[in-house]
Amino acid sequence: MSDIQLVDAPAGVEGSGFFATRLDKAVGLARSHSLWPLPFATSCCGIEFMATMGANYDIARFGSERPSFSPRQADLLMVMGTIAKKMGPVLRQVYLQMAEPRWVMAVGACASSGGIFDTYSVLQGIDEVIPVDVYVPGCPPRPEAIIDGLMRVQELVRNESVRRRGSEEYKELMAKYGIQ
Amino acid sequence: MTTFLEDSEQRDITTLNLGPTHPATHGVFQNILKMDGERIVSADPTIGYIHRAFEKIAEHRPFYQITPLTDRLNYCSAPINNMGWHMTVEKMLGLELPKRVDYMRVIVMELSRIADHLICNGILGVDSGAYSGFLYLFEEREKIYDIFEEICGARLTTNIGRIGGFERDFSEKAFDRIRQFIKEFPPVMKDFENLFNRNRIFIDRCTGVSPITVEQALGYSWTGPLLRAAGLDYDVRVLEPYSSYEDFEFEVPVGTSGDCYDRFIVRNEEIWQSLRIIEQAMEKLKKEPEGVFHADVPEYYLPPKQEVYNNMEALIYHFKIVMGEVENPATEVYHAVEGANGELGFYLITDGGRSPFRLHFRRPSFINYQAFPDLIVGGLLSDAILTMSSMNVIAGELDA
Amino acid sequence: MGIITNQGILDKLNARFPNAMLEVSEPKGLLTITTDRETLPKIVAYLKEDASLAFRFLTDITGVHYPEQELPLGVVCHLQSMALNRRIRLKAFLPLNNPRISTLTHLFPGANWMERETYDFFGIIFEGHPDLRRILNMDDMVAFPMRKEFPLEDPNRRDKNDDFFGR
Repeated sequence: MSDIQLVDAPAGVEGSGFFATRLDKAVGLARSHSLWPLPFATSCCGIEFMATMGANYDIARFGSERPSFSPRQADLLMVMGTIAKKMGPVLRQVYLQMAEPRWVMAVGACASSGGIFDTYSVLQGIDEVIPVDVYVPGCPPRPEAIIDGLMRVQELVRNESVRRRGSEEYKELMAKYGIQ
Repeated sequence: MTTFLEDSEQRDITTLNLGPTHPATHGVFQNILKMDGERIVSADPTIGYIHRAFEKIAEHRPFYQITPLTDRLNYCSAPINNMGWHMTVEKMLGLELPKRVDYMRVIVMELSRIADHLICNGILGVDSGAYSGFLYLFEEREKIYDIFEEICGARLTTNIGRIGGFERDFSEKAFDRIRQFIKEFPPVMKDFENLFNRNRIFIDRCTGVSPITVEQALGYSWTGPLLRAAGLDYDVRVLEPYSSYEDFEFEVPVGTSGDCYDRFIVRNEEIWQSLRIIEQAMEKLKKEPEGVFHADVPEYYLPPKQEVYNNMEALIYHFKIVMGEVENPATEVYHAVEGANGELGFYLITDGGRSPFRLHFRRPSFINYQAFPDLIVGGLLSDAILTMSSMNVIAGELDA
Repeated sequence: MGIITNQGILDKLNARFPNAMLEVSEPKGLLTITTDRETLPKIVAYLKEDASLAFRFLTDITGVHYPEQELPLGVVCHLQSMALNRRIRLKAFLPLNNPRISTLTHLFPGANWMERETYDFFGIIFEGHPDLRRILNMDDMVAFPMRKEFPLEDPNRRDKNDDFFGR
């Protein structure tokens, strides 16, 4: 008996040779298990991400086998480390280049809120320039915490409606950040 | 027969932007390269993308709160920064530490030096296209993380030790893990060396890439493995021993041409020497009286909490230390330790108050990196990537 | 290459530059000499070129700001002689309205970024520097952040409520 676990199929109507379910569920299932991250590693949290990518904690089990350094081919922007005000426009440009659907994970205290660096040169949280989906606290967060953050993103992705990116609410959110 | 490109009057110079977010640059720094085909004509670096104003923050924090800041300088080997800072403050205060504390500090510093070199050499492998070496070495780094976690509670940004020693003695479990590490690490390192040291492709990639003479390197104020690969055996642990390094026997590996391959081999050899030092330190610890983990300086070292709740004197000391009412001399100190990248210096000016008047970090990555534009001119882009990788530029230390 | 003491170095400097050492001290055994801004580059050149002193390694150049002094901005230079295993610290203080001092880049190429950092943080202008511009802070910044009057925290934050903390 193999110990490979398969994901449960979503609720649906089954018959001989067909399976009908909601499009949202099927697409969410596929997306959540194949999130390709863009590791935007600036400082110490980046080293903990390298440990998460390593053989011990292995983020590839969650479908993030291919970290993409090109924003055009990435689903999940993981911002790890302090973002200084000089870096803010660069981060925004990387976010704008990502194709929909895109999610953002702020890893670490510095990305979530500026961390211990309450200074004139540090951006106090990346949500001042881009919208964030999941915040992972810690300084640096343990690899288990980063994986927990990834699993919460997976939950968000699984339950997202396929129409969300065109909805009024989403457009308002983008307008708040000045993104068309 | 000349090609039409050699005939043409005008060579096109392309401008290529490398960074600040680029998979091959470890950390955020930007280089605007002017390239003639694949050859680099000039480079214009821009740094400061992670400037966190450490020196300014340090003027507003008491001495014991600056240790977490020093963690985040060279975060791949945070304990070395912590120990260096504690030694600077102890030099300012004129404290003497028991030998056992010195030996414990040596163990922690050498473990973190091994950890830093593991990252540097592993990533050099990744940048030249060999990913497996990195995975093997990161497992070993996890073991070092386990040791740090047992000693101080944190993996990466450790805030290890206190001014005057350590916050608690190393537990039996910590010693067991260190012994296990000493036993299990050499075979893995030998595996890694088998993969890389005599690997034809790796040697072809790395030899002859950005060589430098000792004169040039000294002109740029280079220190650490970069200077030793060029040929000068300058090691702060040997020239100005701190923390009882004079009691240890170890060699300082030196290269000849200063190119990427020499730097790689020098770092590998330093890992072996660090392992040797750790073994010697474990032996020496057995001869020292047990249970001593801090200097006997109640004015600067926090008393244990049970005493604070029961003993009046301990309560007063605790209050004075936390509120910063201790008498500090108004002096200036420069203390240097051998960091993984070179001479990490702390220049501290005090005015008798609770926080430093001025604290300046002499950061080896910052000073080493200024030679980078001159090193890569005339080379290929892939060589520039390897040069950057072998210089082990850590963004936190670069920008402070 | 005999053993030379701090007093020996000081004697040689006094012989070469009489009356230029404004203040001499040895905090924690490191010879510290304060001099004026014209003499500092000359002393550095002498220390580097003299065969018996051989201070050929530039450890660091940094700045310091003492707001109450008459000459508030200071340049601090650490040099090292590996042959003699000695360090030395040289300081020169500059007025606020004209913080100019000659550069050391022709002696030590490594002084390039160290002087840029000192300019970025304190506003000290190194004459003769090939490329004196900001290095760590944003290029459009006007103030010099390490001076004492510059605040640590960003004064334009709206999301932090300090009313209850008495700051």
